[in-house]
Formats: sequence, structure tokens, C-alpha cells
Amino acid sequence: MSVEKVPPKRPEGLLFEQSTAGKRGCEVPAAQVPAAAPLDARFIRGEIEGFPELSEREVVRHFTRISRLNYGNDQGFYPLGSCTMKYNPKVNEKAARLEGFAEAHPLLPEEAVQGSLQVVSELERFLCEIAGMDAFTLQPAAGAQGELTGIRMVRAFHESRGNPRQVVLIPDSAHGTNPASAHLCGYRVEEIASDSRGCVDLPHLRERMSEDVAVLMLTNPNTLGVFESEIGEICRVVHDAGGIVYLDGANLNAFVGVARPGDMGADVMHVNLHKTFSTPHGGGGPGSGPVGVKEPLARFLPVPRVARTEAGYRWRSDFPESIGRVHAFHGNFGMVLRAYAYVLANGPGGLREIAETAVLNANYVRKRLEGTYHLPYSSPTLHEVIFSDRNLEKHGVRTLDVAKRLMDYGFHPPTIYFPLIVKGALMIEPTESEGIQELDAFIEAMIRIAREAEEDPDLLRTAPHSTPIGRLDEAAAARKPILRWTPATSKGEA
Amino acid sequence: MRYIPSSPGERRRLLEAIGLRHAGELFDSIPREFRLERPLSLPDPMPEADLVEHLRGLSEQNLDPRAAAVFLGAGAYRHFIPAVVDHLISRSEFYSSYTPYQPEFSQGTLQAIFEFQTLICQLTSLDISNASLYDGASALGEAILLAHRARRRRRVVTAATVHPEYLKVAATLTSRLDLRIETLPSGADGLVDPGRLAQSLDPQTAAVVIQQPNFLGRLEEVEAIAEAAHRVGALLLVVVNEAVSLGLLKGPGSQGADVVLGEAQSLGVPLSFGGPYLGFMAIRSDFLRELPGRLVGQARDAAGRTGYVLTLATREQHIRRERATSNICTNQGLCMLAASIFLATLGKQGMRDLADLNRARAEYAKSRLSRIPGCRIPHDGPTFNEFVLELPGEAKPLHRALLRKGIVAGLPLADYFPERKRDLLLAFTEMNSKSQIDRLAEALGEAR
Repeated sequence: MSVEKVPPKRPEGLLFEQSTAGKRGCEVPAAQVPAAAPLDARFIRGEIEGFPELSEREVVRHFTRISRLNYGNDQGFYPLGSCTMKYNPKVNEKAARLEGFAEAHPLLPEEAVQGSLQVVSELERFLCEIAGMDAFTLQPAAGAQGELTGIRMVRAFHESRGNPRQVVLIPDSAHGTNPASAHLCGYRVEEIASDSRGCVDLPHLRERMSEDVAVLMLTNPNTLGVFESEIGEICRVVHDAGGIVYLDGANLNAFVGVARPGDMGADVMHVNLHKTFSTPHGGGGPGSGPVGVKEPLARFLPVPRVARTEAGYRWRSDFPESIGRVHAFHGNFGMVLRAYAYVLANGPGGLREIAETAVLNANYVRKRLEGTYHLPYSSPTLHEVIFSDRNLEKHGVRTLDVAKRLMDYGFHPPTIYFPLIVKGALMIEPTESEGIQELDAFIEAMIRIAREAEEDPDLLRTAPHSTPIGRLDEAAAARKPILRWTPATSKGEA
Repeated sequence: MRYIPSSPGERRRLLEAIGLRHAGELFDSIPREFRLERPLSLPDPMPEADLVEHLRGLSEQNLDPRAAAVFLGAGAYRHFIPAVVDHLISRSEFYSSYTPYQPEFSQGTLQAIFEFQTLICQLTSLDISNASLYDGASALGEAILLAHRARRRRRVVTAATVHPEYLKVAATLTSRLDLRIETLPSGADGLVDPGRLAQSLDPQTAAVVIQQPNFLGRLEEVEAIAEAAHRVGALLLVVVNEAVSLGLLKGPGSQGADVVLGEAQSLGVPLSFGGPYLGFMAIRSDFLRELPGRLVGQARDAAGRTGYVLTLATREQHIRRERATSNICTNQGLCMLAASIFLATLGKQGMRDLADLNRARAEYAKSRLSRIPGCRIPHDGPTFNEFVLELPGEAKPLHRALLRKGIVAGLPLADYFPERKRDLLLAFTEMNSKSQIDRLAEALGEAR
């Protein structure tokens, strides 16, 4: 076998293991000023044992080498369901690095940051139009922080009417951040069942809805990629009992420019700029999770809020009922700027084309893999399609094995084992950023893997075979966690 | 649209393959009454060249960072960023990937997080660091929640000299938990008085919160404060929002801090009008199960090779849902990577030199500015790269006058503390040359 002809690759050690006393990667400018009298010894640290000492050359080589152990969406197809791994336009990166933006201190006087304030104000306006909302805050740093912000506002709204209420209703297909955010706002979480279509079970919702319910948190299209067609009635049921409808906008990519949550009855929603609006996922952040509201909730928005006045753009904090701040300064402006550039590049037609292509791509994948893989819900698919491993069980192959084997074919696996209501879920979201050639190559790989499951299940159970490392023993790692490097003969740190 | 790779012909083929005639039919599951029958009211699409022009024009509406002398800190610091940082974080293997759910395809990100966790432990002198949090302010909120869980007590005492915006964010994040956050005023020297603190603590206190250097730039007596906190069984949480100071100052973990958290924007992340930044949190190992956020651990594969994985996920929301330690489901991946590259490049000696340089420039400024007639340093004593200057008159008009000369004379403290009308909070980094500082001193001397 040719594999044996390839000598084993030298693993890339840790920064700390490559360090040599006396090396440095950067010189600091001359002081220009007289040396300061030294601080008292009680404040000053000793040398940090084991801290890196490397030349610039070695730093570059180290991080370049470890970068190559990663798979990014510029390398290939990344159908990670519910994450919307679309293309990150390069001009957005350039925009964020323009000196006037990148070097603007957040506490500069307003007259010194009119450009940044205009970006904030205009993106708020764009998002209002796209979502059908009346006002937006760009302060939350991520989707989960957006949820927290939204539910805090819901609480403030109910409190202003004398009763904060106790319960948040959340469908069982929801993302785990929904219940965690609701809990942090002091609410009790109750689950709403999904019906056979994978949608909110309307009779169950009617039964659970009462004056105790503060808010229904709804993801639409839901995590099965299915549009909640009864959204109108769902909102009516909640509103009739004085409740609020929170829309988790994680899946806005499915219908941007086609329909608007605000028109359907949503009162509060968050959008993820790192999903629908193309800001890079960065290996797990930074993100940005702006929150939009209808007028009755606007007075609770976080402060400061940007305002357009005759004297230019200004920050305003005179909203006594505001829930306060959720982020220091003004949120993740660098992400706001990228999203702003993305909306301008697309225009209204481009945004609609995004939704159409994303939904088209998901339906094409569904059509071609249906039958080979088990489709647990046959409801119409929007931007993502969920299969399960039921057809593979008889070969002793699980979803995890399919995911690992996909890597050998050069594809990032889909999201797996989510949503929780599908056993062995494989959640595929192609986004609009793939053409037919890439989709076909992925589909072919999936079909071949299904055949391999039948003919050589062990090949899948031991996959991946082509990656720098194999499956890691995660259970052992959690039992005796090693969470940092330590010097071989540690004398403790000064 | 240029970002979408399918041609009209290919789209027709895809539509045919799924048995549809029009793209509109893709949305039949959306009730007709909710479908938007008009184009969104947004500007027309911009070709890239026009877009760049437009954005450049907007960026030029901001203060020209090259021409101005800016002495602002207060939780966000302008430091030099070596070219390698931006070069390396711009590799799309890093920036176009997501949370490392699939370790075999994400060893780059995972190893970088493991290295970041180690670097933060080294700087803070603590045992365990997470993979980062949104920003320093939310890190404080999360640390208070951690102390509340670990001690099951409802009272938190915080120094008045913790960043005011951090306290506001922490209040928002913890407001539903029936926690009492009380503020302890600082003394005339701008410091927490450990004796007074000890008197205000009781067995109901879950945590004491201080900042080092504090919001006024002064260095707190961490050890004495830790002793007072521990005497009643409270945790000491130390906020650090100028992480460059850790090149010189003792890691608070070595002085008794149980949690060190804050903002690491200073380590290679641009100012960018306030974000994205880099929250961090390090803890004593006793509190591991209560730690919020992502964690990476070392692991082995079947062949015995070492690799890295997300670990201890049972604390997290996607498993624990409403019983999770936090609702956070990401970290600040790319900012964290920037900080690791920054720290590796500066290295052991570079971090010390940089910290010394920052302090030297600030000490020079202190001596120059305090000699201006009528100006004084109200909280005299050890500082790092930031301090308060009291002017003979109101600070705001003078601040505005200097702005017209291209000088941003720090932050008028009245923005946060209305009674402090004559105070400026000024920061000095390696980006503020001696001649800039001289310019500031002359302008203040003329304008006062």
C-alpha cells in the first residue's frame, strides 16, 4: 500500500515546546523619555516561567503550520446545518481594516466618529427594513447574547404592566441557547412538542398558553428547515393571552427578501450577522447578534442608541426604561461594518437571490439523497435538510461514522445529532455559496458512503483515515482534563 | 450576484431536478399573506470598486488616526500590532472555519485555543483559563454568576473603581438572580481601603470585585484585599482591562485572586470602535465545574497521537439547556488567535519591555502635566499607563478646545461620574511619542 511509503508527519509542537531562551519576535521602540523610578517590588512580577521566546520567523511558521490542520470554508464545502457557513467576501475584510474605522477609539467624541455612527445608524435602518421591525440595537455580541437582550426586554415590558409573568415556551426542536437565555432572565422554561410535520403542535400550544406565559421563543424556519406555516395563528394565540412572540432569526437566510418576521407577528427578534450577513465565523467567533423590536418594546432597548440629529449622528442614553447595557462600548462594530458592506454589495435583488439559491440548493440535496438516507420529516424544506442514520443502523453504522468518513472525501461534515428531536440527525445546510459541481461532488460522496456502510462498515467506523489525527478519546480527555501546557519541571509561577 | 457561484442555466437545471418551474415556488410553504410582494427598500447593489470608495469616504469622516494625538484608554487601548498578527489571522483556514466541533478537521483552532488557555494562565498566575468570552464587561457578569453558583450567596461587593460600563453590563446580566451588588467607595487615594472593605463584608458575601490597575489607573493592594475577602469565605474577582500591564505587574492569581477576568483587546486586537474585543477568564482549579464558556483539553487518538478537543461540554447549553452554567455558545475565536500570536511574537522579554515602555511614557507625562500651574494628580501613587489629571477649571470645554487642535485629551471623567467635572483620565502607550506628550502638555498649559 502506498500509504506506508509516506513517512509519518512530524507533529507541530506547542509554542512553549519550541521556545528557546533569549529569542524574541519583536523589538519595542526606544523609550524617548527618562527611565521611570521603578515600582515597588510588591507590584512587580518575576519572570514568567515557560512564556514563549521565539523569533518572528518561528511564530509565522508555527501558526501557518497549525492553520493547515484546519478546514475552512474557503477550502471547501462546509454544510454545517444551522450555522450558515456562507462565503465571507474579501472586500469586507478590507473595509474593517480601513484605518479610520480600525483605529477609532470607542470613547472618542461623537464629532470625531461620524463615519462609524453613520454605519451603525444605516445598518439599523437596513435591518429594520429586512426584518419588518421598528427599531434595532447592534450591541449584542452574538446570537445568544441577542436572545438574552430580547428576553430581558420582554421581561421589562411585562414588568412595566405590573406582572413579569413566569414562563417561557420553547419548542423541543430549539437551539440550546434559547432555554439557557430564558433561564438567565429568571423564567421557567416549558417545552412545546413538535407535531408529525416537525412544526409547533398548535393544540399543545393552545393548551399551554396562559396569562403566566411571558413569551414564545420560536425559530422560523425551525431547526428542521421547515417553515412554521401556521405562524399567523401561533402569533394570534400568544398575543391573545397577552404574550410576546420572540423570533430566533438564526435561519433568516432562508427567506431574506422573501418575507419578513415583523409582518408575521413577531414582536422581538435577533439576527446573526455571522450567518445571514456573511461575517466570518473566525473559528468560533466573534459574532454579532443585533436585536429588533416592534414599537411597544423600543423603549426598553439597550443604551446608548444612535440618533440622527441636525448636528449629525449622536449617542442617546435618555431612555429611563432601557434594560441598560449588554456590552461595553457599542458592540462588535467590526462585524457591523462587514454586514453593512454585505447589504450594500447585494442590494434588494441580491438578498432575495441569496434566499432563493440557498433554498434551491437544500432542496436539490434533499431530492438526490432522499431514499439513500432516511428523511424523518417530509415537510417542505427551506434552507436546510435533515436526514437520519436509520437506514444505516442495520450495518452497525451511525451518523458519527458518516460524518467522519465525509472528511476522507474532503468535505466538512454537516451538523450532527441536532436537532435533538431527530435520532441520529444529519443536518445539511448548503447555503447559496455552492454551485452545482460542488453539490454534486458532495452528493456523490454521500451516496458512496452509504454503499460503503453496506459493504465495509468498518471503514466508516474507523474513519477518518486521511486527517492529521484520528478520532480522539474524548471521554478520557474529560475524565482527567489537561487544559494547559505546564513546564516539565514546574517550580510554580512567580 | 457575484458571491453566488451558480449561473442562470445551472439554476434552471437545479429547479428542474426538483420538479419546479419558478424559484417563487420554493417558498410555497410560506403563507401568501406573509410574502413580500415588493423589493426591499434598500440601496441598489454596489460593485466592489464603488463600495470601497463609499466605505473609504465614511472612514474619512472619522478622526484621522495618523494626524491626531489620542490619549484615550478607559478600557480600550491603542497599541502597536506587529504585521504578523493580521497576516496570520487572515489565513482563511482560520477565519473561514467555525467552532471546532469536528476535531479531526480543526486541530489548528483547537491547538491555538490550548495555547491561548496556557498563555492566559501564565499571565494571570492561575490554573485554568477558558477559550475566551465576548468582552471584559460580559466576563465580569459571568464571573459574578460563577461566584454566586460556587458560594450560593447573594451579596457581591464591588469597588467603585471597576470600569463603570462593566458594572452596568454585569447588572444587566445578573438582574434576575436576586443578587445584591453593592459598591464600595474608594478613598481619597483612589484605592480600596482593605480595612473598610473588611468591615463591609459578611458571611453572605459571595464575591469581592476589584480592578487592577483600577479605573482611575491606580494599583490596588491585591493581597490585603484578598485576605479580607477570604476571611468571610468570599471569592476575590480581579478585573484586568489593560492586559499589557501583566507584562510588568504580578499575576493577580499569585496575590490571592480566585478569578482573574477582563479584556485582552490590548494584545493585538484593533480598537475598531469598541469591538470585537476579547473577554477572558482564568480561575483556580476548584471552580472548574462552574466555569462558563468553551474549554479545550488534550486527548489521544487510537494510534496514541496527541490532539486537542472541546471538553467538559456537560457544563454547556447545548447539553444542559436551561441548567447550563451560561448561555454562551461561542468564544471570540479570531480575536483570541490574534492575542496568542501577539503574545508569542512579543514573548517573555517583549511583554516586559512593552509594559516598561508604557509606564515610562505615562510617568513622563505625569511629571510634565502635574507641573502645569493649576493642574494636579488627585490620586497620587503608583500607576501603570493611565492616571487622572485634575484641571483648574471644567474639563469638558478644554477637551473640546484641544480636539480642534487634533488632540484628544483622554476622557472627561464627568462622562461617567458627573461630580468629577475637572478630571481627565489620560492613557499613554507606546503609540504616544514624547513629542505627542509634549504637545499635550503645551496645549493644556495654553488652554487651561
